[in-house]
Amino acid sequence: MATAVTEISTPESLANPPSQSVVVRFAGDSGDGMQLTGGQFTLSTALAGNDLATFPDFPAEIRAPQGTLFGVSAFQINFGSDEIDTAGDAPDVLVAMNPAALKTNVSALKLGGLIIADVGEFNERNLAKAKYDANPLEDGSLAKWQLVPINISQLTLEAVKPFGLGNKEALRCKNMWTLGLALWMFDRDRKPLVDWLNAKFAKKPELAEANIAALNAGHAYGETVEIGGQLRQSHVAPAPVSPGLYRTMTGAEAVAYGLVAGAQLAGLKMFFGGYPITPASSILHYLSGLKEYGVTTFQAEDEIAAIAAAIGASYAGSLGVTSSSGPGIALKTEAIGLAIMTELPLVIINSQRGGPSTGLPTKTEQSDLYQAVYGRNGDAPLPVIAARSPGDAFECAIEACRIATQYMTPVMLLTDGYIANAAEPWKVPDIVDYDPFPVSFLEEVPEGGFRPYARDNHLARPWVKPGTPGLMHRIGGIEKAQGTGNIDYSPANHQAMTDTRSNKVLGVNVPDQEVQLGEAGDTLAVVGWGSTFGPIHQAVRRARARGLKVAHVHVRHIWPTPANLGELLHSFGKVIVPEMNTGQFKTLLRDQFLVDARPLNKVSGQPFTIAEIEAAIAEHLA
Amino acid sequence: MNQITPIARATTPKDWETDQEVRWCPGCGDYAILKAVQRTMPEIGATPENTVFVSGIGCSSRFPYYMETYGFHTIHGRAPAVATGVKLANPDLDVWIITGDGDALSIGGNHTFHLIRRNLDCQVLLFNNEIYGLTKGQYSPTSAVGTRSPSTPYGSVDRPAQACAFALGAGARFVARAYDVSKDLSSVLKAAHGHRGTSFVEIFQNCIVYNADVFAGFTEKANAHHQLWLNNGEPMLFGSDKSGGVKGIALDRDRLELKVVDVVGGDWQAAGVLVHDVTNRSIAHMLVEMPFGPFPMALGVLYEDPSPTFEAAVMAQNASASEGKTPDLGKLLKKGQTWQVEKDGPSL
Repeated sequence: MATAVTEISTPESLANPPSQSVVVRFAGDSGDGMQLTGGQFTLSTALAGNDLATFPDFPAEIRAPQGTLFGVSAFQINFGSDEIDTAGDAPDVLVAMNPAALKTNVSALKLGGLIIADVGEFNERNLAKAKYDANPLEDGSLAKWQLVPINISQLTLEAVKPFGLGNKEALRCKNMWTLGLALWMFDRDRKPLVDWLNAKFAKKPELAEANIAALNAGHAYGETVEIGGQLRQSHVAPAPVSPGLYRTMTGAEAVAYGLVAGAQLAGLKMFFGGYPITPASSILHYLSGLKEYGVTTFQAEDEIAAIAAAIGASYAGSLGVTSSSGPGIALKTEAIGLAIMTELPLVIINSQRGGPSTGLPTKTEQSDLYQAVYGRNGDAPLPVIAARSPGDAFECAIEACRIATQYMTPVMLLTDGYIANAAEPWKVPDIVDYDPFPVSFLEEVPEGGFRPYARDNHLARPWVKPGTPGLMHRIGGIEKAQGTGNIDYSPANHQAMTDTRSNKVLGVNVPDQEVQLGEAGDTLAVVGWGSTFGPIHQAVRRARARGLKVAHVHVRHIWPTPANLGELLHSFGKVIVPEMNTGQFKTLLRDQFLVDARPLNKVSGQPFTIAEIEAAIAEHLA
Repeated sequence: MNQITPIARATTPKDWETDQEVRWCPGCGDYAILKAVQRTMPEIGATPENTVFVSGIGCSSRFPYYMETYGFHTIHGRAPAVATGVKLANPDLDVWIITGDGDALSIGGNHTFHLIRRNLDCQVLLFNNEIYGLTKGQYSPTSAVGTRSPSTPYGSVDRPAQACAFALGAGARFVARAYDVSKDLSSVLKAAHGHRGTSFVEIFQNCIVYNADVFAGFTEKANAHHQLWLNNGEPMLFGSDKSGGVKGIALDRDRLELKVVDVVGGDWQAAGVLVHDVTNRSIAHMLVEMPFGPFPMALGVLYEDPSPTFEAAVMAQNASASEGKTPDLGKLLKKGQTWQVEKDGPSL
């Protein structure tokens, strides 16, 4: 959690850095390059050895009208010398590139926090667009914060003047100027940024030079200008992390790599059917560039075709994968039922977003849990797993591939908009540490004859690739006879097949639930799933630091649940379930374990803050 | 894989039958189509294990259960999408799609369009009976205006879709037509199989329960003179002296449309009768849109002009993008900027 920025005045403080973290939010027009600024600041922060978490928050419109309140794009980063699990609550520093950015973000800023505002953009027109009656930089309304007005626009124009860019192009370098200032504020190395700019604009060296000049000018500004002492350089010490090779990783990239790893561990080629949808498209983008890993990607005509083609590919012996967000998953639902009925392996990724309907395409939510676990016609069970962070999405994607192929079943992997877009430092795993789970296709008529719906010890049916002589058979969505797979509507058979499908999924080998912090029997357990991991973990850690007997339990296997989960939950005095929906996992836990799980719900399109979880802990322990 | 398949072994029609009881209504046109397909498979040198029948939902879509091949009875309208995945995962498979007028042109219209547009190598057999049979007789997107059905007791009011015109509009490179009990159905199926790319075949099929004899105007023996069978390089002639004279199809060059002309004494050239050029897309458009009644029903291979297939393009791109690259997952995970954390802190 962010505390006051420590000033560096002496070399001693550098040698003996205090434990701390800082939250910085960059906010500007959606055309101002805020996501880029944030992304590069993230990289430099990671290189400085800080642990970090980020939260990009941008509008659904690609180019919303300039200067408007709904066109504001923000990027928040929390970094520190301690373990960081969330993008932080209230920012310590807000960089506001225009009045609209100030208006939509300033209320989040910590009391006494620092506002860096580009006064060049605080003209009458922009103030009106942001619905300010008076200029907030001048009317004293920002008195509870430290205000540093800088004419970033003007300073940028001057810095890039030698490169002869047009006014519009020159102003585009504002984000680099701002980044330069931020790098100075937190004592960051500029070199990786300079290298990156040179590479990015290799074909347009004048743009590279202009951007580097802006970056240097921003940095120099911080170094040389004296502005009342608010702007001071600080140094956040490196976080203690376990030794190893690190990189930054977003959830979407982690899912893509995890799928490639999963297919490799299964010994299969991968077929990915997708259709563009926010925030899931990036998985399609990443995989489209990985053809040499045996990945075929197919941008289908719609969500239904995307999953139907993936099912066809699984039928033909590839690992079929499809990915979408809530509305697209709704369209795929009938086909998911087909995969359940025909018992074919399939991985379905849902990057959840705010709903219902189109909802909040670029905001995060966890409201598709019911859809994942229950949302199909008929008794149609499938395993559901949920990733808790970008890095965890890699592990979960592998796990989804394992379950899908070992149990011949579709598997749903839940991430969300926050996980998909957010970046965190990720310790690169060694792939040899993962146990392979090679698939064996049935290639010959087994003793006693071939039965397409025979069962192995996982209750899985055999996987036969078309093209295999002697094993021709027919499958489909109509109820199958046990064993033969022929059409069979008889009452006893439907009962038996429904039971078998259910038992197969309930029998999926799921590791026992661990307690992430605290221990069984604590007074209170905070039980979460998915991307709420960060704020829950920090809140519980703080509560425990104050001596409270609070535990954090974070569930990856939503369905089937770990075998010990019921007993574990009953061991706690109280159970609260924070989730970004109106209480879906809470209901599942109550239903499965008759446990008095209490909801803590938030559906604002924004992640939980640590403070919100802390307040709930305090309330339940009062 | 319509060319290069070596004939692994000779089969007989019997080899293509399953042990499943066929459950269509007695007298349904589907029986004749099933027989024609089972008769055709040995003749084209197909092998059961390399053949996959994919269907959607509807009476026709039960078809795969009766073929001793790999078969996938999928969900309503989605057979083209499932087939696309099958073929992309294994381009060596010989893929047949069995669908109907509701399945392919109503609920699955989108997939049919994109299948044809992409030109996936497969055969599409669209059984058109101009009715929803399995759901007990509602009018379909190909039903004639005024069709009375449980859902249109006063007659349907919307104009019917034209399957072959739709296919051509979607960019089809092979369009053919036949009907269930035609002795020439098998030769149309052979031509479809011989074409690389999406071979679109509309098969008029008599639903004896809900839409009986809707095609009798040209399928009845007595009405055979209303059939225009198209053969590449041959004149477009139909009818006979017995049926009131031989007629032909000619081009009205002023209005750029087709017309029916009388052929006297066998001199079709004098009458200006067109010679069927299977690669002529403009004439194909006109042939599929000829209104039945004033014009005969155009049957046979109406259009064929091969172009590269979707799966071949995908495979070629997969191969070229992979060329010279060694897949190394360990390396992939380390891509981009990384840093090493030692016990005493990070370094670049």
